[in-house]
Amino acid sequence: MAMTKSGLAIQAIEAERKGQSEIYTREHPWLVRLTHWLNAISLLVMTGSGLQIFYAFPSFGAKIPQVNLLNVPEAVRLGGWLGGALQWHFSFAWLFTLSGLAYVIYLVVTGHWRQVILQPKEIRGIWPMVRHYFFFKAKPAQLEPYNPLQKLAYTSTIIFGVMAVVTGLLIFKPVQFAWLEKLLGGFGVIRFLHFAAMCGFLAFIPGHLIMVALHGWNNFYSMIIGWKRNPDYLQ
Amino acid sequence: MSLGRRLFSQVNKMNTGNLPKLDEKGLRRMKRREWMKLLPLAAMGAFAFPSVNEKLIKRGLEFSDFAAEKFFRRERLAPTFSDREVTAFEQFPINSYSDYDPEAELENWKLIVEGMVARPGEYSLAQIKALPKQVQNVKHICVEGWNVIGNFGGVRLADFLQFVGADPQAKFVEMSCMDDYFTSYDLASALHPQTLLCYEMYGQPLTKDHGAPLRIHTPVKLGYKSAKHLFSLRVTNVLRSEKGFWEDQGYSWYGGV
Repeated sequence: MAMTKSGLAIQAIEAERKGQSEIYTREHPWLVRLTHWLNAISLLVMTGSGLQIFYAFPSFGAKIPQVNLLNVPEAVRLGGWLGGALQWHFSFAWLFTLSGLAYVIYLVVTGHWRQVILQPKEIRGIWPMVRHYFFFKAKPAQLEPYNPLQKLAYTSTIIFGVMAVVTGLLIFKPVQFAWLEKLLGGFGVIRFLHFAAMCGFLAFIPGHLIMVALHGWNNFYSMIIGWKRNPDYLQ
Repeated sequence: MSLGRRLFSQVNKMNTGNLPKLDEKGLRRMKRREWMKLLPLAAMGAFAFPSVNEKLIKRGLEFSDFAAEKFFRRERLAPTFSDREVTAFEQFPINSYSDYDPEAELENWKLIVEGMVARPGEYSLAQIKALPKQVQNVKHICVEGWNVIGNFGGVRLADFLQFVGADPQAKFVEMSCMDDYFTSYDLASALHPQTLLCYEMYGQPLTKDHGAPLRIHTPVKLGYKSAKHLFSLRVTNVLRSEKGFWEDQGYSWYGGV
């Protein structure tokens, strides 16, 4: 077992390929990979159907007079009409919740959260990474799989996920959970927060995809087979 | 020293034991095994086919209805509001199924009651109004996402069902309307203390747009379940195959909030 800076054990194997010796480290156990791809599919469906639902009443205010905030283009809507979109939404909501929950439980139980969740002492490390990515400064030394900026991004997706599930449940059951609905400021506010959680994901996904593209096949492939060849944090 | 070698010595420095070693074949086998572990994801491919996904997402919505019924408590009341918080009558939206005008039929209107009841028959508005009146300011939530707070007056459907001797063992109440709209309720929601046979809104008899002469109104279900222009009620254990105008097209049957 190798140890990274955050004290997390990293499983490693050595492999022989084309006469060359390579090191593989375990980055993503099965559950993480499975829930990652389930979440990716769910988010796609939840966003498309969610936008179709929003299209029925694209506002957070009164019905009369109604102020439309957005004309959702047909290309990004899923379900064909409100009823169809609700069927998609209420099917994948369960999948998204279960898979998200399984992932979070996994993080907590295994201690793997230290590798993913941004911790207070790491906040200082965010700015140097921003300088590296956006202002082409030198890359700070990295001794573990995820850098602080990356951890900030991943941590925020967990927050968006919790937000989406809780506000979604409240939109589903505003009367049965009336106390919580009132606490959060009412039905309109909750719909807004639900929409905001989606915006959070929509802000995360392009950045995530660009970084995956920049880091190439080896990095992407580890989200499929779980092992990364010659990871740079071991150099 | 090759890159791999260098890394190996790096890892080894941090390592407590020796690294397990794979040869070329072993590495291929390991990758194949890891791919196989993701096979459950292939099941998601079913959603790519319209003929399959239509059925699947209907099941998904039915599961949501099943879950919704588990959340429901008959004694849990929907929030009520002060008169000050009520949406102005002019701002209470009218999402009518039709532009049906009950005017001509109001004179002789009677509510037909049938099915599992001790006293089936026709009930006049006067008979209904003789039951204890309940007035409430409650939220009306539309499936589209908007909501308003309205003032509704009428008699509890629970009281009326008791009045006509509805069988408490029954499971459902079907409502059909004079404009051919129709819907149906689970008995628990029909018996909820805030589910009204509503004949007044904002202290006035129902207007034609709001469902004269009698409508259902409940704050524990979405707006499309609050049927207007009632024609008949049927208490039953077995729902007709037509469960509701919107429900048959794909909205949630339960429609609880």
